[in-house]
Amino acid sequence: MSRWRLFLPLVLFLALAAFFLYVQLRIQDGDYDPQNMPSALLDRPVPAFQLPELHSGELVGSELVAGKPALLNVWATWCPSCVYEHPFLNQLREQGVIAIIGVNYKDEDAAARRWLSEKGDPYTAVVVDADGRLGLDLGVTGAPETYLVDASGRIRLRYQGPLDERVWQTVFAPRLQAMGQAAGMAAGKTVEQP
Amino acid sequence: MTIAASLARPGVGTAATAWFLLWLAAGMLMASPLARAAIDVDELESPELRARYHALIEELRCPKCQNQNLAGSDAPIATDLRQELRRQLRAGQSDAQILDFLVARYGEFISYRPPFDARTALLWLGPALMVGAGAIVIIVLLRRHRPRASPALSAAERERLHRLLEEDPPQ
Repeated sequence: MSRWRLFLPLVLFLALAAFFLYVQLRIQDGDYDPQNMPSALLDRPVPAFQLPELHSGELVGSELVAGKPALLNVWATWCPSCVYEHPFLNQLREQGVIAIIGVNYKDEDAAARRWLSEKGDPYTAVVVDADGRLGLDLGVTGAPETYLVDASGRIRLRYQGPLDERVWQTVFAPRLQAMGQAAGMAAGKTVEQP
Repeated sequence: MTIAASLARPGVGTAATAWFLLWLAAGMLMASPLARAAIDVDELESPELRARYHALIEELRCPKCQNQNLAGSDAPIATDLRQELRRQLRAGQSDAQILDFLVARYGEFISYRPPFDARTALLWLGPALMVGAGAIVIIVLLRRHRPRASPALSAAERERLHRLLEEDPPQ
């Protein structure tokens, strides 16, 4: 029996260990998130809904996200990552990067209004999805989740987890630019400045 | 024969070890995961619907926790989906309709039994390939270590062996 075969298990082990290390490093760098699944609704229209708006109480539908690119941001006051994400949404709003429609997911209206008056309101409108029906139709698995919707009302991107500057630059800005929208070009320029 | 003893005797030992590993693998296959259904408040009334419901939640994956089925997951989304399943079952939806509903929203990912196609070929065939590769390794090992009569030592060799065994090892 030749001697090199003694080292075969060691070589296999090291190869496996190197592979795991590579995946782990990519997760740490944020290049790869095993939890982040592409949406089944990719390139499909936002599902139809008729739900009340948080402030006005009027019934609104998917016409909210038609005409120009917008973000659909699924959030709730019970969601810890939403606390982290909120200042960045405010920043997007202040810079006028893109319109943000909120989906208040399985939450209480009073708590949601209090949250927005305390932390600032980045949303052009907030859809009240109290029983999570719209969330189910969107394929939401938890909050926060953010959908990039193009001018024709189709979902171009779904991101699971909180938005921040890094996620915006690496995930959203390139997609917005690729969409070739005037708003997209502006967004890329606006957020490049710190 | 214990494993330690079998390992100490090369010829027969490899065969015994191989058999042991084979039985171990078979045992692992048999030990199906114990069903651990999460408890929901409203149970379905008819036993027929209940049976379909439990079959469905065993085979559907929680989209949040990813390595648990809907039956075993405590994630809020799993609770919501179980509630939705019960609603649809009561409304008379078929299993296929329910599956289509979920796949349209959460993708093929939701099903532990995705359809067989190019993307899922490795998933479906992988286990068979692994078992096949393992069987080949075992067969090769068994053939190579088929017990042989060990050749008798010559008188000179026996003499040398005696010397080696009786002498103290040099320090």
